[in-house]
Amino acid sequence: MDAMMTVMLNGAPHPCGAGTSVADVLREIVPAGRRVAVELNGEVLPRAEHATRRLVQGDALEVVQAIGGG
Amino acid sequence: MQQTDFRRYSRQSILPEIGVHGQAVLRDSAALVIGCGGLGCAAAPYLAGAGVGRLVLVDDDVIEASNLQRQLLFRTADVGQPKAQVAAAALRALNPEVEVEVHVARFTAEDIERRARDVDVVLDCSDNFTTRYAVNAACVHARTPLVSGAAIRFEGQLAVFDLRRGGPCYACLYPPTGDFSGERCEDAGILGPVVGTIGVLQALEALKLLLGLGTASGTLRAWNALSGTWRMVRMKAPDPGCTVCRTSVK
Repeated sequence: MDAMMTVMLNGAPHPCGAGTSVADVLREIVPAGRRVAVELNGEVLPRAEHATRRLVQGDALEVVQAIGGG
Repeated sequence: MQQTDFRRYSRQSILPEIGVHGQAVLRDSAALVIGCGGLGCAAAPYLAGAGVGRLVLVDDDVIEASNLQRQLLFRTADVGQPKAQVAAAALRALNPEVEVEVHVARFTAEDIERRARDVDVVLDCSDNFTTRYAVNAACVHARTPLVSGAAIRFEGQLAVFDLRRGGPCYACLYPPTGDFSGERCEDAGILGPVVGTIGVLQALEALKLLLGLGTASGTLRAWNALSGTWRMVRMKAPDPGCTVCRTSVK
């Protein structure tokens, strides 16, 4: 079964396939080599869990890319 | 040592949260400002104005005409002069009671750590990731609170990392992996008030830290200056896999 679901990504609905991991979403939206902070449902997700944490319907993901300018 | 002129500080020391005692705390405090560009030029005058007793400025760069749009401590006639030196002169003119120490140099990791141990708060006003990670590691080792600011295009970010209270560090938030080259304001662009706002907020957070007025350590605030919206990412604990603060616990 290839069911679709919707999670909230940076405050906007984001469709993705069932079983999608946080790392899958990051690969999709973040250019390679960029550093990001990832918050899932109001808590920062430890990096080790990016690949293992599967998203479920209604999860809210906030992704912030590091900037270095000043 | 200069005599404190309390009239100079009356509008802030009248605040019950500060008072004469808080003013004395500021006078006895020291801040390290890494970078005298758009962030440092906005943060440093508020620290000097508030009467932070000792400011240490670090920048190896010279002033260019393209800096004048946002680095408001510099005048047109200053082009070609070292940023840290010109900034220091402006700050001394603003408040002669403040001792300003100048380093026209690119600090090594060891230099930053030595200076971080000698101050009460560090402001990362740098413009590159290599420096940002070196400043973070120095603050982790020295257990000195860090006020991190960054800006590019119409985006700004602000975060405080105070490991004295066991919170996360900059590398917990952003892993020190991948490409360190990053985007630069020189190439991607920056509007003056965007970087200025973040620099001013860095000064505010630094003053709150010095005065013990409470800061949200480990919270990243990301600002979209076009939409006028802020996003917050809260980090309650260090990342268990952090290669900087998790391995430095001795």
